[in-house]
Amino acid sequence: MHGHAPLARGDGRVLFLPMSQSRPAALEAVAVAKRFGPVTALDGVSLEIAAGECVALIGESGSGKTTLLRCFNRLTHPDQGQVLVGGADVARGDPVLLRRTIGYVPQEGGLLPHWRVLRNVALVPWLRGEPDGEAKASAALRLVGLEPEAFARRWPRDLSGGQRQRVAVARALALRPEVVLLDEPFGALDAITRADLQSTFLAVRRELGFTAVLVTHDIAEAFLLADRVAVLREGRLEQIDSPERLRTAPGTPYVAELLRRARVA
Amino acid sequence: MSALLLALLLGAAVVQTPEATPVVVGSKPFGESYVLAEMFAQLLEARGIRVQRRLGLGATEIAFGALRSGAADVYPEYTGTGLLAILGERPAADPAEVYDRVSREFRRRWGMRWLPPLGFENTYAVAVRRGTADSLGLRSLSDLARVGARLRAGLTPDFIGRPDGLPGLQGAYGLRFAGVRALLPAVKYQALAAGEVDVIDGYSTDGFIARYDLVVLRDDRRFFPPYEAAALIGRRLAEHRPDAVAALTELGGRLDVETMRRLNRRLEVDGEPIPRVAREALVELGLLGGTIETARSASRRQGVWQYMWEQRRTLASLTARHLLLVLISLGAAVAVAVPVGLGLERLPGGAEGVIRGAGVLQTLPGIALLAFMIPLLGIGVVPALVALFLYSLYPILRNTYSGVRDAAPEAVAAGRALGMTPRQILRWVRLPLAAPVIMAGIRTAAVINVGTATLAAFIGAGGLGDPIAAGLALSDSRMILSGALPAALLALLVDGVLGWCERWVRPGGG
Repeated sequence: MHGHAPLARGDGRVLFLPMSQSRPAALEAVAVAKRFGPVTALDGVSLEIAAGECVALIGESGSGKTTLLRCFNRLTHPDQGQVLVGGADVARGDPVLLRRTIGYVPQEGGLLPHWRVLRNVALVPWLRGEPDGEAKASAALRLVGLEPEAFARRWPRDLSGGQRQRVAVARALALRPEVVLLDEPFGALDAITRADLQSTFLAVRRELGFTAVLVTHDIAEAFLLADRVAVLREGRLEQIDSPERLRTAPGTPYVAELLRRARVA
Repeated sequence: MSALLLALLLGAAVVQTPEATPVVVGSKPFGESYVLAEMFAQLLEARGIRVQRRLGLGATEIAFGALRSGAADVYPEYTGTGLLAILGERPAADPAEVYDRVSREFRRRWGMRWLPPLGFENTYAVAVRRGTADSLGLRSLSDLARVGARLRAGLTPDFIGRPDGLPGLQGAYGLRFAGVRALLPAVKYQALAAGEVDVIDGYSTDGFIARYDLVVLRDDRRFFPPYEAAALIGRRLAEHRPDAVAALTELGGRLDVETMRRLNRRLEVDGEPIPRVAREALVELGLLGGTIETARSASRRQGVWQYMWEQRRTLASLTARHLLLVLISLGAAVAVAVPVGLGLERLPGGAEGVIRGAGVLQTLPGIALLAFMIPLLGIGVVPALVALFLYSLYPILRNTYSGVRDAAPEAVAAGRALGMTPRQILRWVRLPLAAPVIMAGIRTAAVINVGTATLAAFIGAGGLGDPIAAGLALSDSRMILSGALPAALLALLVDGVLGWCERWVRPGGG
C-alpha cells in the first residue's frame, strides 16, 4: 500500500511528522485527477497528511482546493488516482459510513434549521446509533465555548453567525473523529468573530489532536492555523510546505507573488 | 380514506338484476328539462317503479353520454337536437320526417328508442306584443315580413349571428327590420314589454311568453327545424323494462305548447318548486291521483336567508355530500401527489415532464373532463371523484417537488457530508423543510376542489352544485346563492382547517 515511505520526496516534510515514520499517513492522495465536463479541477495531485497534522489548502477560485477536500470523504469521486484515509482506499468502502467517521464543517454552517442546537450537534452520534449522543453533543458544545444550558434548546436562526459556526464545529467534533475537513469554515464571518473562532479552533485542536484539512481563501488564516500549507493552481499542487518555508523559500514565482499580495511574506 | 374510495368504486361495479335496479331518470340543466324529467319520475313511481333521479346533467353531450353508457335510462330530448347535434345531420323541415330519421338511427346505432313525441315543439320562435299583433294583423312570419321595416327588433347576439337565426330568416322570408338591437335573454322580455323593441326571438315554450301574453308568429314556411320533445330511452330500458316504457308512453301527445309554456312560467317566472309543478301537471292530465293546492306561497318573494333556512335540511345534506367529495378526492390526490413529488426529486430529468402533464389536466375545462369520463366511468360519484382527484394533483405535485428540491440547500449538503443517506436526507431534512410549501399546495388544491366540486352536479354526483345548476337553469338567484354561499363558506372552512394543520407540520416550531 501507499504511505509507507513518507520521506521519499525529501521536501523536509518529515520535520513536521509528530508520529512514527512507519505509521501510514492519516490522509493520502495519489495522482488524483478530476474533471467536471470540460473543466479540469484536479490534474494529478499527490499529497500525504500525517496523523494530527493540520494542512491548509489555498489557491484561487477554481484551483481545485475544495474538490480535493471533498475527495477525502468521497463527496467527490476522482476520475483517476487514489484517496486513502487511515491507509484504506476510500473507493472500496461505503461512502456514507466513511462520512460518519470524518468531521465536516461547511462554510455556511449548514445547520438543519428545523432542529434545535443540541439535536444538530448530536446528528452524527444519532446516525451511528450511539447511545449517549446528547451527552456527547453537550460535551462538544462546551468544547467550542458554548454552554449547553444556554444553547442546547435554541434554534439555529436565533444564533449569531459566529455562534452558528461554533455549533457547526461542535457537530463535526461530537464523536471526536480522527479527521476533520473544513471548507472555508470562517470565511463568512466578520474579522473579530473570525479571530475568536480561529483561537477556539487552535485550542480545540491542541486538546484533541485530530488531523485537519482546511480550505481557505484567507492566506493569513492558513498561516495561522496550519502546520503545512498546500498551494494549488489550476488543479496542480504548486508547493506544500510549512508557513515558514513558504515565506522564506517560495518554490515558484507564482507562490512568491501570491504571498506578496497577501502580505504574509 | 382510500378504503372509502375503493368501497365506492366497488359499489358502482356491483352487477344488479334489471328488476332490482331503479330506473335512472336524467335531465339537462334547464327548467323545461327538469320539469319533464320530474314528470317522468313521478309517473314511473306512481306505476310502482323505483326511480333514481339524476337531474341537471351537464349538457347534451353529458346527458346523451350517460344514456349511451347506461348510466341513465331516460331523459327528455328534442328531435332537432338529436338530428343536428347528436347525429350531425342537416336540418329537415318536416317534424314527422325528423322523428322517423332519429328513431331509426338511434335504434340502429345505440339501441335507443324515441318514445312518441310529448306533443309540443320547443324551437326558435319570433314573438311580438299582443297589441302589435292585433293592430297590424300579424299571425305568421310572412305577415311580419310585410311590416317588418316599421318595427324594431331586439335579438340575442347568438340569434343575430347563426345561419339558422336572423340571416337565414332574412333569406327565407325577405324579412327586414327598422333596427336590430342585440339584447341578452335576461332583458329581452322586459324590453319588449316596455315597448323598447317590437319583435324578439326566443324559444316557443318560454314561460315568459305566457307571462307577458305575447304572440308567437307561426313559421309558415317551416324555416326553423322541428324540435319535438320526447322521452329518449336507453337500450337497457328499451329491452328489459316494458313496464317503464309503457308508463312513459302514457305521456305521448299529452302536452301541448300552451301547457308547456304554463309549466315553464310557474317554474321560471313564479319560482314554484319543480316537484310540485310536475305533480300538478300529471294530476291535471289525469295521470296521477290527488289534488291541486290552491293556496300557494309566493315563494320567489322570500329572501335568500329565509329560503336557505327553509331548505336547511337539504342544504346540510348537500354540504355534507360536497365535503365528502372534496375530502375523498383531495385525500387520494395527497396520497398520490406527495409521494410522486418526493420521488421526482430523485429523478430531476423527468420531473418537469410529469408535472407539466398534470398541469395540462388542469387546463381541461371541467365539463370537458367530465364528458370524457362518461364512456369510462358513467355518471355519478365515481367520475366526479376521479375528475376532482385529477384537478387536485397539479398544485400538490408542483409544490411538493419544488418544496423538496429547493429546501435549504446548505442543510442538505451538510447532511450528506456528515453521512446521511439520501433517504435520511429526504425524510429528516427535505420533507420537514418542504412541509409548509407542500401544505400550501394542498390548501390551493382544496380551495380549487371545493369550487370545482360544484360541477359534479352536472354528472349527477350531487353536492352544492345541485342548487347552483338548478338555479342557473331557472334564473333563480336565490337558489344559486343557496348553493354558492355554503360552497364559499366550505372553501374558507377547509382552507382554515388546513391552515391550522399547517402549524403542526411547520418545521422548528414555527
